[in-house]
Amino acid sequence: MTKPTPPNQKLDIEKILEGLESYHPPRKGWTWRDVPEGGVDMGPFHFRDMSRPLERSIGLPASKYFDHIDPQPSCVVTTEIASGRFEDDLRRMRMAAWHGADHIMVIRTTGQSHIDGLLEGTPEGIGGVPITRKQIRASRKACDEIEKEVGRPINFHSYVSGVAGPEVAVLFAEEGINGAHQDPQYNVLYRNVNMYRSFVDAAEAKKVMAGARIFQIDGAHNANATAKAGWLVMPELMVQHGLNCAFSVAVGMDKDLIGLSTVPPNSPPAPKLWYDLPYAVALRDFFSDFKMRAQQNTRYIEADIEEAVRTHTVDTLISMLTRADIQSTITPDEGRNVPWHYNNIRGIQTVKQTWAALDGIKELVSLNHDGPLGEMARDLKERAVAFLEEVLEVGGYFAAVEKGFFVDSAKYPERSGDGIARDGNGGVGAGSLVVRDADYLAPVCDHFGTNHVPVDVEKPCDPIGGCTLCKPEKIVFIDELDPEDNCNQRLAKTLPYRKGNAIRPEAEWAGDGTVLVQLFVPENEEIAPVYAAEMAKKMGLVDPEVINTMVLHPAEGCFVEVKGKVAFDIDRTTLKIPEKEVILPEQELRDAVKAVGLKVVAGTVGEDEHSVGLREILDIKHGGIEKYGVKYHYLGTSVPIGKLVDAAIETGAHAILISTIISHNDVHRSQMRKLAELCREKGIRDRVVLVAGGTQVNRDMAKETGLDATFGRGTKGIHVVNAMVKALRARGAA
Amino acid sequence: MTDDRISRFEARREALAKLTDEELKARFWELTNRVVEPIVDLAKSHTSPSIERSVLLRMGIDSVSSQGVVKRIHDAGLLGKGAGHVVLKVSRKTGRDIRAAAQAILDDSTVLEGLF
Repeated sequence: MTKPTPPNQKLDIEKILEGLESYHPPRKGWTWRDVPEGGVDMGPFHFRDMSRPLERSIGLPASKYFDHIDPQPSCVVTTEIASGRFEDDLRRMRMAAWHGADHIMVIRTTGQSHIDGLLEGTPEGIGGVPITRKQIRASRKACDEIEKEVGRPINFHSYVSGVAGPEVAVLFAEEGINGAHQDPQYNVLYRNVNMYRSFVDAAEAKKVMAGARIFQIDGAHNANATAKAGWLVMPELMVQHGLNCAFSVAVGMDKDLIGLSTVPPNSPPAPKLWYDLPYAVALRDFFSDFKMRAQQNTRYIEADIEEAVRTHTVDTLISMLTRADIQSTITPDEGRNVPWHYNNIRGIQTVKQTWAALDGIKELVSLNHDGPLGEMARDLKERAVAFLEEVLEVGGYFAAVEKGFFVDSAKYPERSGDGIARDGNGGVGAGSLVVRDADYLAPVCDHFGTNHVPVDVEKPCDPIGGCTLCKPEKIVFIDELDPEDNCNQRLAKTLPYRKGNAIRPEAEWAGDGTVLVQLFVPENEEIAPVYAAEMAKKMGLVDPEVINTMVLHPAEGCFVEVKGKVAFDIDRTTLKIPEKEVILPEQELRDAVKAVGLKVVAGTVGEDEHSVGLREILDIKHGGIEKYGVKYHYLGTSVPIGKLVDAAIETGAHAILISTIISHNDVHRSQMRKLAELCREKGIRDRVVLVAGGTQVNRDMAKETGLDATFGRGTKGIHVVNAMVKALRARGAA
Repeated sequence: MTDDRISRFEARREALAKLTDEELKARFWELTNRVVEPIVDLAKSHTSPSIERSVLLRMGIDSVSSQGVVKRIHDAGLLGKGAGHVVLKVSRKTGRDIRAAAQAILDDSTVLEGLF
């Protein structure tokens, strides 16, 4: 069994790739989160709709104010990771898991759905990853390690679609893939796979998936992303969901492993809730027996990250007001590039933040079904049923597809005439179906349909002494087919960035050098992006490209984001890393404070009325210096430096603590310098320890301003006590 | 034509309006199942190259060989018997194991003659 990588070490990709030929997944099937019935207590709070917390994780930025709690939603949380190089995705999976993703989806490389067979090896992908046995084994093996680190199972997911569906399903079942998209309608409508072939293949694929307890997600939400007015196709979406669910149940899938992929179809500035909420309610009414995989809207998201995050927040609200068993996240940069590492994390944080903020919302507010909400939901349901009646009237599903019933952008029964019509005799794989003979036989497990297995056997695979689903050792592992296009070649190139001392920034791939520069340009929309690209070039960035321009005012200027590549390495050993301040043990600090009778005067300086930060450093309540026995004399806000120094002389204080928040025109620096100068003038510099703090202050400022210690954000009382004791000791005064 | 569709929708709508929410839901599932029923029958009685390759994979034959074997069986007009069935027959007839039988079909498709 593999041991998890220690938190302070990077995943060793080469080690993961070792021994894959004999790797088999330690478990199969889908896993839901562990949700304690009575809720979860974390820090000072009780949460009502949360799962058991992770053993290791990184909370929201604000969690430091809340005992570092990291509440984990009750639903499974999805992130999609597929940069084209799976070996670089493994590290992103680890980061995503640490932020709370337990469902990792890998999108396939462009065109894989039209490949009539399985791919092998690890070629580089475009817009996704070539899904192969080796890629799955390596990824699943990495997930095995990562899930031990965070203390929660990770569901690994990809797609069973295209013309090789049954083979892909067998591959997934053999290799322990936990979730997969499977929807024959998707192949027909969006991939132009022949409709008969698509459904016949789907029956086999679903049967195989059911045997391995692979959770299924359908493809209906693509109608939102394809139709011009995604919010009008809702009756049809219910029909698509219904057909895939009914077909899946008919071929042997359990309802609790069937999920609807549903997206709130509308987006602001539209009045989103008036469309998305009735739809969400109608869908959950009809599909109460099935699971809801709530996806976020991508239809109207382009270059603006914050706009995406805001829409996704409302999408998550809709999930919480209705039901979501899986909440998927969209990387907010999806509209402008293949997602970058940190945008996966942003997507996860959007869900985590919304879920924590709105925890237990259904106990506080309820939906008003008596008003327009109930009427609108009922209207959608009636339209969906009428849609099905018309499908049967024209001769069934295949006839309806030929007539362009689906993905028409008008609201049923209206038609725009832009639906996707397919010819039953056309499409990829047309004419490839074969009628099973009377003695048809497939001597394997999880096979669907007519199968004349000998009557005297227990399992269908007995005649061959067991199939790969029963005897994994029979699986044939193919390593690489292409000597050039494989992960070993790529890993050799990125070795210095992963295991050597070379550092380059990274958005997708080790050593890619990609950075983003955000700027305001006081020029109009025509000039601003051209300027930004030119500026990036002069900064030395390679291949600069403007990926977002937002007009703030037609004449006053634009916010611009420009990406580019850093073309140089920096050697880690040449960096001067500031030494970590060693904090003395608490008891030692208390003893030293007591021995000296440490007294300080403190105040906020420079026409500054902020007092919260300093009070937290002082007060016992906040774990301030008082807690360690320090006596303080607090002079208030906007205190002149002279008054502080006089007070220190009068009271015989050992230290002066100033807080300075305001930093325009370098006010904070000048106040700090003035304190040191004044103490020298008054002849007490050797007697007092001088300390300054504030949000714009950092540790390096002590030297330049002549103080003993300076502190920035996140400072606690103990840090200040530690600095004072050390300064006094250095002078022989403690 | 379109007007006709809309008026038929209106008529359907009138009938559906009389159903309770539960009845409407039941109707949705009844119709859905009626739509998929013939498709399920189609799937039971037909097979495809991909299905047959997926059978060979489960029999422990690698993905590259499965491609060639299914193609040869298809060309010999035997896919309706089931590719796994054919490989099993070759295996029994020639005394080879399953993988060697698949290889034999790849090497020389005349082994497919006179199997059934």
